[in-house]
Amino acid sequence: MEIFVISLLNGLVYGMLLFMLASGLTLIFSMMGVLNFAHASIYMIGAYLAFQVSRVVGFFPALIIAPLLCGAIGAAIEIWGLRKVHHNGHIAELLFTFGLVFIVQRGVQMTWGMLPMPYRVPALLDFPLFQIYGANFPAYRAFMLLISGGMLLSTWLLLKKTRVGLIIQAALTHPNMVSALGHNVPMVFTTVFAGGCLLAGLAGVIGGNYQTTEPGMAEAMGPIVFVVVVFGGLGSLAGCFIASILMGMIQTFAVVIDYSVADLLRPLGLALKADNLLMEVLTVPIARIGALLPFAMMILILLFRPRGLMGTRDT
Amino acid sequence: MTALSLRDVRKNFGATEIIRGVTLDIQPGERHCIIGPNGAGKTTLFNLISGRFPITSGEISLNNTRIDQQPPHLINRAGLSRSFQITSIFQRLSVFENLRCALLWSMGYRYSFWSALWRQKALNEKAEFLLEDLNLASRRDIPAGLLSYAEQRALEIGMTIAGGASVILLDEPTAGMSNTETDYAMALIRRVTQGKTLLMVEHDMKVVFDLADTITVLVYGQVIASGPPETVRSSRAVQEAYLGALEE
Amino acid sequence: MTRSGNGARWIWVFAVALALAVPWAFHNFQTGRDSGFVLSMLSQMGMMVILSLSYNMLLGQAGLFSLCHATFFGIGGYATVHFLNAAGAGSLPLPMEVIPLLSGLTGLGLALIFGYMATKQRATAFAMITMGIGELMATAALMFHSFFGGEGGVTTNRMIDHSLFGLTYASGMQVYYLILVWTLICAGSMYFLTQTPLGRMANATRDNYERAQFMGYDPRVVRFLQFSLSGLFAGVGGGLYAITYEIVTFDALAAPLSANALLMAYIGGTTVFGGPILGAVLITLLQSGVSLLSNSWLVYVGVLFISMVMFAPAGLSGLIIAHGPIAAAGRLRRLTVPYLRLVVPFLALVLGFVGLVELMSFLTIGAAQGKKLVLFGSAINIEATQPWLISVVCLLGGGAWLRWEARAFHRVWESLTADLKQRDRV
Repeated sequence: MEIFVISLLNGLVYGMLLFMLASGLTLIFSMMGVLNFAHASIYMIGAYLAFQVSRVVGFFPALIIAPLLCGAIGAAIEIWGLRKVHHNGHIAELLFTFGLVFIVQRGVQMTWGMLPMPYRVPALLDFPLFQIYGANFPAYRAFMLLISGGMLLSTWLLLKKTRVGLIIQAALTHPNMVSALGHNVPMVFTTVFAGGCLLAGLAGVIGGNYQTTEPGMAEAMGPIVFVVVVFGGLGSLAGCFIASILMGMIQTFAVVIDYSVADLLRPLGLALKADNLLMEVLTVPIARIGALLPFAMMILILLFRPRGLMGTRDT
Repeated sequence: MTALSLRDVRKNFGATEIIRGVTLDIQPGERHCIIGPNGAGKTTLFNLISGRFPITSGEISLNNTRIDQQPPHLINRAGLSRSFQITSIFQRLSVFENLRCALLWSMGYRYSFWSALWRQKALNEKAEFLLEDLNLASRRDIPAGLLSYAEQRALEIGMTIAGGASVILLDEPTAGMSNTETDYAMALIRRVTQGKTLLMVEHDMKVVFDLADTITVLVYGQVIASGPPETVRSSRAVQEAYLGALEE
Repeated sequence: MTRSGNGARWIWVFAVALALAVPWAFHNFQTGRDSGFVLSMLSQMGMMVILSLSYNMLLGQAGLFSLCHATFFGIGGYATVHFLNAAGAGSLPLPMEVIPLLSGLTGLGLALIFGYMATKQRATAFAMITMGIGELMATAALMFHSFFGGEGGVTTNRMIDHSLFGLTYASGMQVYYLILVWTLICAGSMYFLTQTPLGRMANATRDNYERAQFMGYDPRVVRFLQFSLSGLFAGVGGGLYAITYEIVTFDALAAPLSANALLMAYIGGTTVFGGPILGAVLITLLQSGVSLLSNSWLVYVGVLFISMVMFAPAGLSGLIIAHGPIAAAGRLRRLTVPYLRLVVPFLALVLGFVGLVELMSFLTIGAAQGKKLVLFGSAINIEATQPWLISVVCLLGGGAWLRWEARAFHRVWESLTADLKQRDRV
């Protein structure tokens, strides 16, 4: 039981972190039709910038400055990069962001080196918030929930209450109509791309010290975020939210389930030995294949529900 | 025996009914034109017949076989071919390759990855012949995307008839053409659709009354008149709903 | 993609002759030794040529952006290790020369399964599914030890003592020629495929999915077959990898190799059949050459790739081919001076960029490894302002100058092509 509650909370924290990344990606995709491969790279930049800035002015100012810098980077990428390859079609745009991944990856290594950064949780938040069944729940995780929840709320308000938000919302479901109505202004594209990058940067700031700030963090996060976006259904923020939380839960719960298919078969009188590939697949405990599950789930959902969980558009 | 028959075909997009119960019979060898004001659902009707969109209810048969639940490629194999309102060709392939692709399935090549195209004499001769017939021989090796607009339309008509389908659907083949180009295109269409059943959406009334054996008038997703040109021309309903509006 | 003309045919003959001769240029006839470095680089090139050509069956020919191509390369490699082990133990009575075929069939088998799933989707969703497949297989490779051997991979011994020609494959030279023969077989077959109904319809579905449907073809079947066949060739490549290195690890099927396939094909050029070959040779050279000198080669490849996407979407081969009409008209000489004028600013730009990258990376990574930046035999003080300043001036000055010259070049180019068009009309 205690494992269940702790895992639930941890899953929620991780899921909300995923959602911060995935929501930006979904917004960008819906608006521009570009799946931004470099999204997780921006997340990494966010973490590194937060580390650098927080050394000078402290964590809380960095919480605002680093995401803004990421937003500016995003705007620059859109204006000087994506816009130039736009006329060559979507594949070209996809390839462009794909190339960025390499450059950011190596650029980060060149600037900060290969070793993990000592980017720590601020002292102010470095205490156990409460205890459940003897296990501590760190205050920083609660803070992460607060930030991501606040972000969720403000994004929602922005989309519902402002003019730009209305245009973006319309673009989610009817991209052609919006441009036909004369809203295909590059300004909106830049805003959305920068906004998405800002969210990714924010996720980097609070995720960088929750996980580790090191050059491999984009590579580790990228595929999962894509899985979330595709699983939730491209163009659906609600689907994206559900998928994020679901993936967060799966990832944390899978680690604690120590059963395999073979364990299910044992009561039936079948004993399996892991001496070839098939038997090994059946006997490996769920805890060990946790990393595999998101991808398997994504492939499955795309096979049977091509639009994802709540997608409104064909991909 | 009818070449193409529609029975109470309906199509909804969300809550709006775009096609509201169309019933049509087209005889083999007929030249049938569909006219109607913008937004009447002419192109939608084509998309339903050719399988691009599923119908909401009703029945469509080609040569007495139901086709309304089939995907486009099976409908095509059953003998129906179409062109698009917005030119639809293979932009990066040469003109010759475009025509050769259009011939492949009907000549039984299927998904072959073992026969070398350059050795298929009958296929290549047929493609060359089509090229001549469409008056595009001088453009043979140019990527189709670089042709002039009128040439692209001619190429598309050629690709539409190349597979030897017995029923041909042309969606505004002369849209956006000058008068000379229109005359040329119509002569081409007449020539290459000899002996085939032709169903055509067209806005140019001169073209329509010149070519058609039968005219169907579609207004707001419904057929308000159908018959030989003279009958349609003199029909009061049509004049009120459509032709009258045009002459103003 | 018409059949190659006479000039193009000679290029192919020349390329094959070169591939046959190069190892002997580095052969030491006095000691009878081969250059191990050159041989292993050449062997690597062979495999990469197969990989990038088979990748281009998807990207260039069918318009499919796949992110799991290394999966089929890797599975071919892993399977081959097991085939070789079986052959070595005597339970698989097949000669070495035929084993890559088995590797290919393994790749084909897996591609049939994954291709069926992936080709249900188009465009972005296709890319995403393939990414999922790639990650799935890479994770699985680390997880299941009996087949993949976990982190350490699986090892074998290629001297199975069974050959059609009595070869032992103890020397790198023999292995290289085995690779060369299989590379030629694969390249030849892939070229043949572009000239078949399936290959042509793959182009057609790339250009216009719907049109292909209304011509009786099911584009999904076209793509499924194309995907599967490309998996077959990738599998052969993986088999040669296993034979060469006698060890296959997770690297052979992980995402970086898939990305590499994409980079090679795209930089070489996806619009011409030979483009990916050019890309594979060039990138392998860069990889083995530059990575000796610098550990930042990934940045260079990344920047090269992005500049291609932005300025030359048809790749290097596309750039070369664009000169075709001008050369045919005998006007190529008029481009000499404009080209020469590009050289200096271009070199300045590259120098400045490379300088900055190297200084940066020596400041962080190099310092951590205790390395020193040495240029022309003298150590450079990376803490001093001077080298940084020179690099920045080179980069900015070269960039601005190049932009200026590029405009002038563009004008000459435009007037040349306009002339040619005029002549065509007359």
